[in-house]
Amino acid sequence: MKNQICSSSNMSLCDIETGKKVQVVKIVGQNTLKRRVLDMGLVPGTMVSVERKAPFNDPVSVWFRGYELSLRQNEAEAVLVKPLGCSGCTACGRGR
Amino acid sequence: MSGVIALTGNPNTGKTTLFNALTGSTQKVGNWPGVTVERKEGRFRSQQENIHVVDLPGIYSLGVTSVDEQIASEFLLGEKPELAVVVTDASNIERSLYLVIQLLEIGQPVVVALNMNDVAASKGVVIDHTVLETLLGIPVIPTIAKTGEGIEDLKKKIILSMRSSAVADFRIPYGEKLNALIQEMETVINASEMEGSGMDLHLAAIKLAEGDSLVWRMIEGTGSQKRVSQIMEKAGREFERELGYDIQTAIIERRWGYITGLVAEVVKKDLNLKQRLNLSDRIDSFVTHRLLGLPLFLAITWIIFKLTYTLGDPASDWLDGMVGTSGELLGTWLSGQGFSPLVSSFLVDGVIGGVGSVIVFFPYIFLLFAFIAVLEDSGYMSRGAFVMDRIMHMLGLHGKSFIPMLIGFGCNVPAIMGTRILERPRDRMITMMILPFMSCSARLPVFAMFSAVFFAEHATTVLFSLYLTGIITAVFSAKILGSTLFKGESSQLVMELPPYHFPTFRGVMREAWQRGSIFLKKAGTMIFMAVLLIWVLSNLPAGVEYASRESLVGRIGDFIAPVFSPAGFGFWQAGVALFFGFIAKEIVVGSFGTLFGVGEQGIQAVLPTLFTPLSAYAFMIMTLLYVPCIAVIAAVKRETNSWKWPIFMVLYTTGIAWVLSVAVYQLGNILGM
Repeated sequence: MKNQICSSSNMSLCDIETGKKVQVVKIVGQNTLKRRVLDMGLVPGTMVSVERKAPFNDPVSVWFRGYELSLRQNEAEAVLVKPLGCSGCTACGRGR
Repeated sequence: MSGVIALTGNPNTGKTTLFNALTGSTQKVGNWPGVTVERKEGRFRSQQENIHVVDLPGIYSLGVTSVDEQIASEFLLGEKPELAVVVTDASNIERSLYLVIQLLEIGQPVVVALNMNDVAASKGVVIDHTVLETLLGIPVIPTIAKTGEGIEDLKKKIILSMRSSAVADFRIPYGEKLNALIQEMETVINASEMEGSGMDLHLAAIKLAEGDSLVWRMIEGTGSQKRVSQIMEKAGREFERELGYDIQTAIIERRWGYITGLVAEVVKKDLNLKQRLNLSDRIDSFVTHRLLGLPLFLAITWIIFKLTYTLGDPASDWLDGMVGTSGELLGTWLSGQGFSPLVSSFLVDGVIGGVGSVIVFFPYIFLLFAFIAVLEDSGYMSRGAFVMDRIMHMLGLHGKSFIPMLIGFGCNVPAIMGTRILERPRDRMITMMILPFMSCSARLPVFAMFSAVFFAEHATTVLFSLYLTGIITAVFSAKILGSTLFKGESSQLVMELPPYHFPTFRGVMREAWQRGSIFLKKAGTMIFMAVLLIWVLSNLPAGVEYASRESLVGRIGDFIAPVFSPAGFGFWQAGVALFFGFIAKEIVVGSFGTLFGVGEQGIQAVLPTLFTPLSAYAFMIMTLLYVPCIAVIAAVKRETNSWKWPIFMVLYTTGIAWVLSVAVYQLGNILGM
């Protein structure tokens, strides 16, 4: 399946430059954090734009579903993402 | 009709303003049992009905990942309020709807207040609330809590919904796969285990599938747990293979999917990335700037510090003067009436003095909370936390912890109350526990006096070293507390950066007044009692000279003196002075005057007869770090709603103080100082 190969790329929200837009693939890691992030609306398929980064690049703030949320670096690492419109796999850098 | 309703909603939706608009001046502030979270209640009367409103903590979901969410979940499932009023932000309806549909799912009758309609309109967002009503099957009332618009209508709809007994059967379309899983789980859950939980099997199955820890705890150790786990494990592998994520994610993803559909039908003009309010964005590019953000935050915090004390000092002095004058007047009158000096002193120094030591804090608490309210209501507070978080997180603290810590250099009491800005208990407790090491201004007279007498030209260096010792002790304590007492609890940020708002004068004043009066009522009583107790100890047994060696406090001083021998000040006067420092640290200086009968001017001559420069330094370290004053303990008691924390604080601060002052003295001796 196409999606699967994209999601197997290890790109997380904190690898994304300010101003870029991405799509959430899945949330990994620790339980309460994962639950909290999902409840805030960061579910697979959500489009997210990286708004700004604090001094030292931590925390980062992202915009989705009409509001802005800030996440610490280790929290953003739990949010796996892919570039917008990733249908094949060249964009993920992981060709078949 | 029992008449109890719950008010809930996301943070930053104007929930507090709406609660004020609904209940006005009938509010009572208490605590949720066993936790530090505040519980507000109020009443209103409409159409011959008395409605009791319980204000739940502001939450984003019922996910039970924070204390606030747990309180709300337990209240809604356990107490079964007749109705839940959910305050939603009309300009950001999408996020608000998540809580709404979670409530509907647990079978809770809901009325939605579509708040901040004016803000939504100004952003070009139009919501067809009648369509939303039809789609969800519940009343949706547009309100503007700030101006009171729609409040009467909301009250009417609340009563109307409470009178009708119809409960809508609400189901989120989870899709074929999840529905099949939920159905399978229903069949293996034992109905008797869900008794008293207020949940039917269908709901229990959903809650288990989404990984709700409350419900998992209910079936712990039962046959159901094993069967449910087996089903979920098997299905989990399938989900992971086909979708790339687990069951919990799938459930929550479907809920958001449903909401996306609702929003598409209800919102006329959506906000997309480009249509955001430009002003908020422009402010943010400056306020959270990588270079400017931090200095700006430090500057703003510094201004708040300066203003709290420059405006608070004269007000506090004035109150103090008023109390002093009325004490004198009473004293003159009492002696004119022929009362004995002891009775007169009890009323003047004990009772009136006690009142005085409480109300002098009021101006600082009032001002600090006025500024905090401005920061929070405007939306800047979370930006401050955003730029400061990295640095504070290295200490195991939260970005917002910085504000109470700086305020602590003025006075620890408003700082302790200010830890309220931290939502997570872990961040809050650690900040509170290390605050006493921030050297408050009441300790300064002690340091100034001792440094002037013993370290003449090096006084400034000594002073600086003391402040630094306090900060270093605080940093180490934060690290140690974080990895011991609070080890299990994770620290999280996941914080919303809400759009900027203009705070209202009324809202700010209300918050400041409420905090100030809570302090007077709750912490005040305890401070007052402690001052009375100290009076009794200094003046009894009858006939002794005030605070002399023969008085009770003198005997206590004598008794504890040997403890301080290793630190170089094992004489009874030091014991008494430290004991008095418990009321307020600035008294330490004055009490030396009293103890030697020389008055404040004579102290400079007397001190060198008792202290060496080394033991004087050890004594200052002790004064810096030991038990904060009684007002701090009262504030901690009030904020944590228990005796455990204030007692812990007294013990460990005094312990650290003793160890460090002994270390300083002994090390100095070895080095031949």
